[in-house]
Amino acid sequence: MSAGACIVGIGETAYCRKPGSGLSQLGLQLQAALHAIADAGITPAEVDGIMPFPNLGRAEEFAANLGCSNLRYASTIHMGGAAPAASLGAAAAAVEAGLAHYVLLPAGWNGYSGSRARQTIADDVASIPGGAIARDFYMPHGFTAPPQWYAVMARRHMHEYGTTAEQLGAIAVAMRNHAQRNPRAVMHGRPLSLEDYLASPMLADPYRVFDCCLETDGAAAVVVTTAERAQDLPADPVKILASACGQPYPADEITNRKDIFQTGLTIAAPEAFGRAGVTPADIDFAMIYDCFTFELLQQLEEVGFCPRGEGGAFVEEGRIDLGGSLPVNTHGGLLSEAHVLGMGHIVEAVKQLRRQCGDRQVKDSEVGVVTGWGDFGDGSIAILAR
Amino acid sequence: MSAYNKPLPELSGLHGEFYEFCRAGELRFQKCDGCGSWRHVPRELCAECGSWDWSWQASSGRGKVFSWTVVDRALHPDFAESVPYAAVIVEMDEGVRLLSQVLGVEPSQLEIDLEVEVVFDSVTDEVTLPRFRRASV
Ligand SMILES: [Zn+2]
Repeated sequence: MSAGACIVGIGETAYCRKPGSGLSQLGLQLQAALHAIADAGITPAEVDGIMPFPNLGRAEEFAANLGCSNLRYASTIHMGGAAPAASLGAAAAAVEAGLAHYVLLPAGWNGYSGSRARQTIADDVASIPGGAIARDFYMPHGFTAPPQWYAVMARRHMHEYGTTAEQLGAIAVAMRNHAQRNPRAVMHGRPLSLEDYLASPMLADPYRVFDCCLETDGAAAVVVTTAERAQDLPADPVKILASACGQPYPADEITNRKDIFQTGLTIAAPEAFGRAGVTPADIDFAMIYDCFTFELLQQLEEVGFCPRGEGGAFVEEGRIDLGGSLPVNTHGGLLSEAHVLGMGHIVEAVKQLRRQCGDRQVKDSEVGVVTGWGDFGDGSIAILAR
Repeated sequence: MSAYNKPLPELSGLHGEFYEFCRAGELRFQKCDGCGSWRHVPRELCAECGSWDWSWQASSGRGKVFSWTVVDRALHPDFAESVPYAAVIVEMDEGVRLLSQVLGVEPSQLEIDLEVEVVFDSVTDEVTLPRFRRASV
């Protein structure tokens, strides 16, 4: 290895709902960051770049608590849940350009015990994607929260392509099955059947409760450096072959898109595959940002794992299950492990490529994909390899 | 009657002009003088042709349902008493779409391409929201 950048450290807190983490939002992220820094085999003082998740912390406070006394690079990519996978690309560029040697990417929150997602939406209009557009044209009609914003896309997909509730349910069940092999998952020990799924109450039709991500407490973090520095560090480095991000058009308004299924990932995926020099057929596993079941299906299509409109059949045939042609979210994802804002997806991809996943290990995994989804359909993708 | 307690638009700038027409019982959208394209939500200039010149033009008020979600569990406290309700995207004859509600139609009776027409819902003295009802034939 000469050129390029790698993930050299991963860290996580425990994931929980009741009774809550007992830590502050910052404290949680600091704990995950310290695990990642230790895993990388470096000291906090060597971390000279920090990319906080949007609205969940400032680089200055991370640095001051951790003892990063040489901070040179601090930035945040404002793409909601698409930020972590997009930040991998920015961090890689930063270390390759010499802007920093070691960049820390933390993310975490008390999504269960703290100020919960839906309350943030209600209380802080400025934080809503679309800003004044959402305030003036969506909220007066009760179009106020992510499951509602995305449900209109899901219904349209059902109308145009015949996607069914059972197919969305197949995703929820697959994620829950994977969580049964992950003792860290909040839903470990709590299996889910398709019958359970179909019997669960509607939240934002066509989304049932089990179409929706968990609300949990927890944090995760990774450390990125150059491939050259990675050679001297203890862990098997995971190469960032490419990372790209993109926005739907218009990004600040959902209803007037000419193509409602064209999201940021539609633009980002071909660019990332082109730069990485691989194709979707080369991918051994995918960690897809699963805020809701349909978003996972929709991203499978826009990444190019199957043609648009065929995502329903793809998931129903078991291809996303462990042992299938494209295992997806072997940790259980946001739906069944924990909602760690997409950083958990990167951590799991690294574990798969280090081949540390035990009985959920994807055999002979060489190259995997991580995606992110945020705001009104911002998208990101990172292609990682061992 | 208790005071209206749901979120209201801010009546400033171009958004305020849109709602001022609603208060007068008119649904108007921006139409580009340069290329003739309609647009919603309000924008400063035309993304199709780059023209800064436009005017508020009257909509036919007629459209059809493009998509919707039925909210069974309110995720905003002010809508807790309103469930179930449907947030509906209406595609107007002019081609623009807007987010609204369809009054007088049970959520379970909604269907894609259902023909609807605008009605004006004066929720406060200052604010009139454009809503829809099943189109009269
Ligand atoms: Zn124009």
